[in-house]
Amino acid sequence: MNQFALAFTPEKLQEAWHVFLTEFPMGLWETVYVTVLATFFAIVLGLPLGILLVTGDEKGIRPLPKPLMKVINVIINFLRSVPFLILIVMVIPLTRAIIGTSIGSVASIVPLVVAAFPFVARLVESSLRELDPNIIEMAQSMGSSTMQIIFRVMLPESVPSLVTNFTLAITTILGYTAMSGAMGGGGLGKIAINYGYSRYKYAVLYLAVIVLVILVQVFQSIGTRLAARLDKRIKK
Amino acid sequence: MIELRNLSKSFVTADGPVEALRHVNLTVNDGDIYGIIGMSGAGKSTLVRCINMLERPTEGSVLLDGQDLGALSKKEMQQVRRKVTMIFQSFNLLMQRTCLQNVLFPLKLAHAPKAQAEARAKELLATVGLPDKANVYPAQLSGGQQQRVAIARALATEPQVLLCDEATSALDPKTTQSILELIRQINRDTGITVIVITHQMSVVQEICNRVAILEHGTVVEEGDVSQVFSRPKAAATRALVFPEMSGGEGQLSSGYGQLVRLVFEGSITTNKPLIASMAMECGIAANILGASTRTVGKREYGYMLLEIPGGPDELARALKYISTVPNVVAQVEAEYSGKEAAK
Repeated sequence: MNQFALAFTPEKLQEAWHVFLTEFPMGLWETVYVTVLATFFAIVLGLPLGILLVTGDEKGIRPLPKPLMKVINVIINFLRSVPFLILIVMVIPLTRAIIGTSIGSVASIVPLVVAAFPFVARLVESSLRELDPNIIEMAQSMGSSTMQIIFRVMLPESVPSLVTNFTLAITTILGYTAMSGAMGGGGLGKIAINYGYSRYKYAVLYLAVIVLVILVQVFQSIGTRLAARLDKRIKK
Repeated sequence: MIELRNLSKSFVTADGPVEALRHVNLTVNDGDIYGIIGMSGAGKSTLVRCINMLERPTEGSVLLDGQDLGALSKKEMQQVRRKVTMIFQSFNLLMQRTCLQNVLFPLKLAHAPKAQAEARAKELLATVGLPDKANVYPAQLSGGQQQRVAIARALATEPQVLLCDEATSALDPKTTQSILELIRQINRDTGITVIVITHQMSVVQEICNRVAILEHGTVVEEGDVSQVFSRPKAAATRALVFPEMSGGEGQLSSGYGQLVRLVFEGSITTNKPLIASMAMECGIAANILGASTRTVGKREYGYMLLEIPGGPDELARALKYISTVPNVVAQVEAEYSGKEAAK
């Protein structure tokens, strides 16, 4: 506790402020772009997979063989249940194959995407399942093909819910970037660990946490507002 | 023309197979407003979904102008569904699209040219009485207005047949009236065949010219609305036409005698004191257990449940007397007398 208090002496605060001015801008930028890119790629992989989970279901609009669905579900559940820290290590060969190295901000995008896309797939699945089945039936009764139902009915009708869930995904991925920062990645997570954990500079750690909290707030309120704005069911 | 030939549908559930439809035979002529009425669970929704193959029949066939719909490929069926469209109890509008986009939806599915499609959609919104709602979202409309948009959407591809699945069940009586009026008007103007699925007698009375009564997956009665309603043969029909008169007769009657149902057609007969004159001329003092009147189409129907005291002789005399009165049909409640005889 004594040591903890010593971390907030005027000199220490001044030092933290110096780190804030010199290292935080770059750290913040790394965190933001890693988060945004990782979310983007997670959606690129997770969205089609989520659609497949719904349409390929036994009662879906285009049922796929049950064993295939079973395999897909098992893979998703497996990836979701591996602790992220361990997953980072597990995908190092993949990261090296894609990026050429396993160290740095760009390299940390790979494990983030691997961890997040099954999560996004589940989120998309739950968004699409919220849709009133009567609407799907209507589309079928009008002679829609499977693709038309997906792209003209399921996705457009689920936009507000998808935006809400993607917001959840981006804030979760933001949290994961701090962890990947500790495992060779960059960003605010790396700064927080380097100064706070390795060198007992708690003031820097707390500053990093405050910036991360603000970042989550920003992402969350943009997402919430966007979802409300896009939802035409809300009477204005 | 739509023909249902020996149509059966069964579902496999956890408790074993359930037969939703059993050997249904129906013919719907072009330009008909055909009512299919039944209590909930009678199989109405399954029946209507078999007509556009949203449900595949387990047995039998659906013929549209002689073409067996069950034999069509998926692609061909999608084409047919542009000619056999549907409106629903819950309207099923796309909530994230404007009314105009909703009406455009089937036209876009059919890859109709954009300008042409928009002109048609606007025209249809005018037809259903909502020309000013093109850019409004469904959430801002009342139930009746939403159903009007759904009707416009269903008409977009110029269908031959409009299937109405409990289309007015979620609406209040006044709105129901206006929606039915709209359907009738469209039927008159375009000659479209309409199949109306409902549990409400009033809907059939209001717009249908033909009706089928569905009970436990079978058609128990079928024919012209006036004919079926004036001479309801099946118990299910009677329960629908005169709901207040079905059930409980056993408690009402003294238990000595036979139950006879009378149906009067037209208002002239109601001027003749049938029961009083039967008492005077035949010496049979019938006990009136219940009576009711209904207007079906433009005609009045009376309905009476009598208890004729005495044995088979009195019953025969009473029936003979009633048969001399024009426009009155008598039916003996076989079930009831059977029960009494067993005692």
